[in-house]
Amino acid sequence: MPVITYRQALNDALRAELTRDDNVILLGEEIGIFEGSYKITAGLLAEFGPERVRDTPIAEEGFVGAAIGAAMLGMRPVVEIMTLNFSLIAMDQIINHAAKIYGMFGGQTPVPLVIRMPGGGGQQLAATHSQNLEVWFAHVPGLKVVAPSTPADAKALLLAAIRDNDPVIFLENLSLYNTKGEVPDGEHVAELGKAAVARKGTDLTVITYSRATTVALEVARQLAEEGISIEVVDLRSLRPLDRETVCASVRKTSRAVVLEDDWLSYGVGAEISATLMEGAFDYLDAPVRRVAAAEVPLPYAKPLELAALPDANDLIKVIRELLDASRFSPAATDPIAPATR
Amino acid sequence: MPEVVMPRLSDTMEEGVLSRWLKKEGDAVRQGDVLGEIDTDKATMELESFDDGILEKLLVQEGTTVAIGQPLAVIGDGHSTARPEPAAPAPDSIIPSAQEVTSPAASKPVPATTGVQPGAGSRRLLSSPLARREAARHGLDPATITGTGPGGRIVRADVSAAIAAAEVDRSRLAGQAQPTDQGTQPVRPPSSVPDSVEVPLTQVRRVTARRLTESAAAPHFYLTVVVGVDAMFQFRSEVNERFADQGIKVSVTDLVVRACAVTLRSHPQVNSSWAGDRILAHRRINIGVAVALNEGLIVPVVTGADAKSLDQIAAETRSLAEKARAGTLTLQEFSGGTFTISNLGMFGIDNFTAVINPPEAAILAVGAATEEPFVEDGELRSRRILKITMTSDHRVLDGATAAAFLSDLKRRLEDPLRIVI
Repeated sequence: MPVITYRQALNDALRAELTRDDNVILLGEEIGIFEGSYKITAGLLAEFGPERVRDTPIAEEGFVGAAIGAAMLGMRPVVEIMTLNFSLIAMDQIINHAAKIYGMFGGQTPVPLVIRMPGGGGQQLAATHSQNLEVWFAHVPGLKVVAPSTPADAKALLLAAIRDNDPVIFLENLSLYNTKGEVPDGEHVAELGKAAVARKGTDLTVITYSRATTVALEVARQLAEEGISIEVVDLRSLRPLDRETVCASVRKTSRAVVLEDDWLSYGVGAEISATLMEGAFDYLDAPVRRVAAAEVPLPYAKPLELAALPDANDLIKVIRELLDASRFSPAATDPIAPATR
Repeated sequence: MPEVVMPRLSDTMEEGVLSRWLKKEGDAVRQGDVLGEIDTDKATMELESFDDGILEKLLVQEGTTVAIGQPLAVIGDGHSTARPEPAAPAPDSIIPSAQEVTSPAASKPVPATTGVQPGAGSRRLLSSPLARREAARHGLDPATITGTGPGGRIVRADVSAAIAAAEVDRSRLAGQAQPTDQGTQPVRPPSSVPDSVEVPLTQVRRVTARRLTESAAAPHFYLTVVVGVDAMFQFRSEVNERFADQGIKVSVTDLVVRACAVTLRSHPQVNSSWAGDRILAHRRINIGVAVALNEGLIVPVVTGADAKSLDQIAAETRSLAEKARAGTLTLQEFSGGTFTISNLGMFGIDNFTAVINPPEAAILAVGAATEEPFVEDGELRSRRILKITMTSDHRVLDGATAAAFLSDLKRRLEDPLRIVI
């Protein structure tokens, strides 16, 4: 299986869909001649021409609205907004139109639209260009929201998003573009709304998504050396949320930490905590804990920026607190659930 | 803006558990108001406010262990402006308001138990949902399980330990019930039962271990004397018969407490303690009495015991022991001891040596009264005796000093009127 970057996986998926379906078009800032601010659309203008790969003015509300109209008339537009932070200008189009048209007009027309946006912090882009606004979208019925963490998922979820008849918000974390992984050639499609167990474990579940998944897996590797077996659930999709996979994992491990790049209050972790209270209450041996970004506009200065974003040390600290609170010991033999270690 | 910090409530305290908030955010508080309760290593104490104002923020949740000097809450004028949190990943130290806290035990009343529950007076039973479910599945009453999680929360590990302990008991019984005449294989416990079960440490056990390890640093020596106690027992029965209508009931320990206290007056070296670079001779004579609890050992103190009458001492030791078992001793009631008595007579121990309760200089171990033959005026008679052993800290006391005290004590115990006069 070829090993390619997350960036290349997205480029491959766009090329495959442009080839497969003439109704697929790309719109966005700098995606044509400049080949994308982050080079995701490299080579596509040359290959498919300006009819299919269209540069737009810096007018998010305008080109998102145009894409919604195109989608209502049978096209399958894939919009690139230069950064997630610019989507704020297009919020009315996304939330009041893209998300609601199918329902408000009695299902007369679906809106098969994908809006791709890079986002996240850690790049020294300062507070207004470093946000994680996933819950702004995940809160809205009528939208689907995905946030892949691996090159393989980037391809599989982008193919699924383009083929889906609902508007899909496709969140790409900047720090993932250069990460590498095995990606199957040809058809590799995932089902939207399904989480993945990225690593199996028995003692504690870390529920996470996007960039934070890479942190969680690294922590799981470290703690495995101490005999602590961490299960990592990669949500992949924030709406629909795969509550069943989340609850099934915690019903097995009895302890849960949510690792999220967004702010703590009202964040993804809050939704997961509530989900676990509803779906795994009798199986919890300790309260659900959350590790999230500091509740500040993200600082520009590198050391402050790093301090504000959740990292492996923050996660390990909370995991240890949680294990201590439930008197976990790696060697304990448990008459209730014979250890599988 | 004044901060309320974890106070130092005892000499041995390094950290405390904020067990209960009695005030909530937004409450007006006055100096001296009780804001909450703190479990120290041996007791539950009140957290007092030193300021007037509005309780603006509770910084720790109930059940949190906090080091001395660390902030617990903020008292202000009620108009503080919200500032952004410090730039560090936000931990989950969010306190649900009182209305939101639902009792984990609210689903069904906790059945009363026969065993003594540590501090079960008004404490809620805390348990994780998983622990409660597993306990029910195995037919265990959660009230009989010691919780070792935060604030005494019962977690699954506690239930597992209880199940494993029960298994071990069962397999031991099964082993005893085996017929021995069939040359059967020795009985093995089922393989799911571990050879040893981890017993979580209670706070009291932890402190006991630490203090007695400190004690091991002291060079100990032991002196034993045999005390004839026929007269003392006779005296005790007379007192108890005569004053039964006043509810007076004197124990052997009470007599020994008063005898020690009075004898210590003339042996100030024994009523001293080692203080690293000097010896402190204590003016007051405070006698500690070791009390065994399910979860460990505690030593309540009869203060100024030499100035208290025998019936006063008897009433006090009884109430102290009851409080110790109920876990409601206050700090004053188990600190400041200058000499300790440990009586294992009721357990049928003939004689033993006790470990010094630091920083005291000595401890007296009292055994059981036994009958022995002895020769008096050329005739063989029998008498009741008590063996008492004093453990001394050689840094403070020498053999001769300790011996002088012990022989005075022996004389006093053998002549009970001198105990009360």
